[in-house]
Amino acid sequence: MAVVALQAIRKSFGGRPVLAGIDIALAQGELVSLLGPSGCGKTTLLRILAGFERPDAGTVRLDGRDITALAANRRNMGMVFQSYSLFPNLDATDNVRFGPRVRGVPRAEQSRRAEHLLELVGLGGHRHKFPHQLSGGQQQRVALARALAVQPDVLLLDEPLSALDAKVRAQLRSEIRRIQRETGVTTVFVTHDQEEALSISDRVAVMNEGRMLQVASPAAIYREPADAFVARFIGAGAVLSGRADGPAVRVGAVALPAAAAAGHPAGTAVELFLRPEHVRLDPAATPPSGALAAEIRELTFFGSLTRVRLALDGIADSEAWADVASDRADGFQPGLRVWASWDAAAPRVLARV
Amino acid sequence: MSARLGPVAVLAIVLGIVFFLTPLIVTFAFSLWEGGDRYGFAAYRSLVGDPDLWASLLLSLRLAAETMLLGMVLLVPSMIFVHLKAPGLKPLFEFIAALPFVVPAIALVAGLSALYTGPAWLIGTPNYLVIPYFFLALPYAYRAIDVGLSAIDVRTLTDAAHSLGAGWGQVFRLVLLPNLSTALLGATLLTLTIVMGEFTFASVLLFKTFAVYINDTGSSKVTEAAALSLLSFVITWAAMLGVLLTGRNTTDLGGTH
Ligand SMILES: Nc1ncnc2c1ncn2[C@@H]1O[C@H](COP(=O)(O)OP(=O)(O)O)[C@@H](O)[C@H]1O
Ligand SMILES: [Mg+2]
Repeated sequence: MAVVALQAIRKSFGGRPVLAGIDIALAQGELVSLLGPSGCGKTTLLRILAGFERPDAGTVRLDGRDITALAANRRNMGMVFQSYSLFPNLDATDNVRFGPRVRGVPRAEQSRRAEHLLELVGLGGHRHKFPHQLSGGQQQRVALARALAVQPDVLLLDEPLSALDAKVRAQLRSEIRRIQRETGVTTVFVTHDQEEALSISDRVAVMNEGRMLQVASPAAIYREPADAFVARFIGAGAVLSGRADGPAVRVGAVALPAAAAAGHPAGTAVELFLRPEHVRLDPAATPPSGALAAEIRELTFFGSLTRVRLALDGIADSEAWADVASDRADGFQPGLRVWASWDAAAPRVLARV
Repeated sequence: MSARLGPVAVLAIVLGIVFFLTPLIVTFAFSLWEGGDRYGFAAYRSLVGDPDLWASLLLSLRLAAETMLLGMVLLVPSMIFVHLKAPGLKPLFEFIAALPFVVPAIALVAGLSALYTGPAWLIGTPNYLVIPYFFLALPYAYRAIDVGLSAIDVRTLTDAAHSLGAGWGQVFRLVLLPNLSTALLGATLLTLTIVMGEFTFASVLLFKTFAVYINDTGSSKVTEAAALSLLSFVITWAAMLGVLLTGRNTTDLGGTH
């Protein structure tokens, strides 16, 4: 059963719609990421969940109970904010004890929770430091412990890692997931970083312009984007516009193999999405069957992989990418002519809107 | 203090000290004069023995306390409200807070006496002065509190406290007031200084506050006036030093970021 459910949530600011009918439900213990570009309404949705904002329309339910009108301090939700939000006048322990304290939990229990949670977030040795004595990453750990100290029904994280540098971010990200699993708390994790969303979530909810475009497992979001925006936003790859033509997409005179195109009536406008890992490159003189002629334009070295940008012959301004194991990319250089091919089952084909 | 000062800088500092200290020293010397060539503490003794001094000082302190209380009760919640819920109103607030700089005190007195009618405990008693004093202190108190509010992320801290289960009372008591304490202390001390030194309102409305007492004494007893000036100078400086010291403490705390 769903622990939290948002139903048909709408919200406008000054006549401008920011959320245009959002539906999503979370199961007990699930971690769902809200992923979308900056300004798409993620924070607004989270603030509605937390009770800081009232939706113009729609319902927020907790265990089936309508809590839309319930004030933030009467809901049992823990929140970690994007900006540092620890109380500057309190040390780490007192910050974590704040929630239990204002809820009238006995002192001994407050202390027990603070000690346990600071240990859990790896700050057992920093119990009596004040926020200004802690690094950004440590402050967000304390903020996480503080949010968990009220034993929330739902944990809300609003881009908690965005102010941190890359290394701390990756480390804290996996720790958040570990802690979330250990505590079993139902969690909404807001981010604009797809890597972050794909790597820690049970499900990812992709948002754009106040709408929920797709809610699915990270693998499904990546492999089977339901929507052109999702396909563009998640991962890298080529987007080629053409017309469905049997098991191919025709762009001008070129037929791009794509089994999925057969699902669209012949001649309809479609877009073909092709991931770099599906494209094979062959510099041989004779074309392998079904391969397209292309020219290498640019190489980007990613360590074990090298990403190759291609221009496909016969399609003006076309861009496609291929990932090649770096130790097999030695002869590749801009200007080299190659044959590009892929499994016809690999590309995703979506109707063009 | 590792940098060596050049001779010009030393000279400038010495001149500065002379410039500031000479009037004080001369005033002090004059306050010790007992006529002819006799010197002593007669002026101070006569001052301390004058019940009017204590009455006026107490009155001024009481008015200062009342003004500070009124300021806190009116300003802090309304400024936090504007900060959180109506940031669009901030320019209006700034304008209102700056008005007392523009309107001459005497115009305020005239306006107030014409406008205010009310209960007997207010009108016709010195308590009446709290109203104009509030406006006089407003620009300073507003600035001090505004700086304090800008230094912390009021919205996030308030939201955080709310989501942890705190009601507005607890948010005020446990989060906002402790983190605004330096700013509030600054506002309080500035108010104190202003009320202790205010002359026009009290004089025109015929209340004998500390400043009025200083003035009256000055026109009748010259050496006592000098002694009194020094005393009020010390009070003012102690208040200013209080502002500076508390301000420095917070900078030290925040500085290690
Ligand atoms: N209190 C507010 N008043 C007016 N506009 C707001 C307010 N909060 C958010 N917005 C607007 O709503 C849109 C979505 O904001 P937000 O939910 O913060 O997006 P995200 O978190 O996805 O970046 C933005 O265009 C933002 O300017
Ligand atoms: Mg946001």
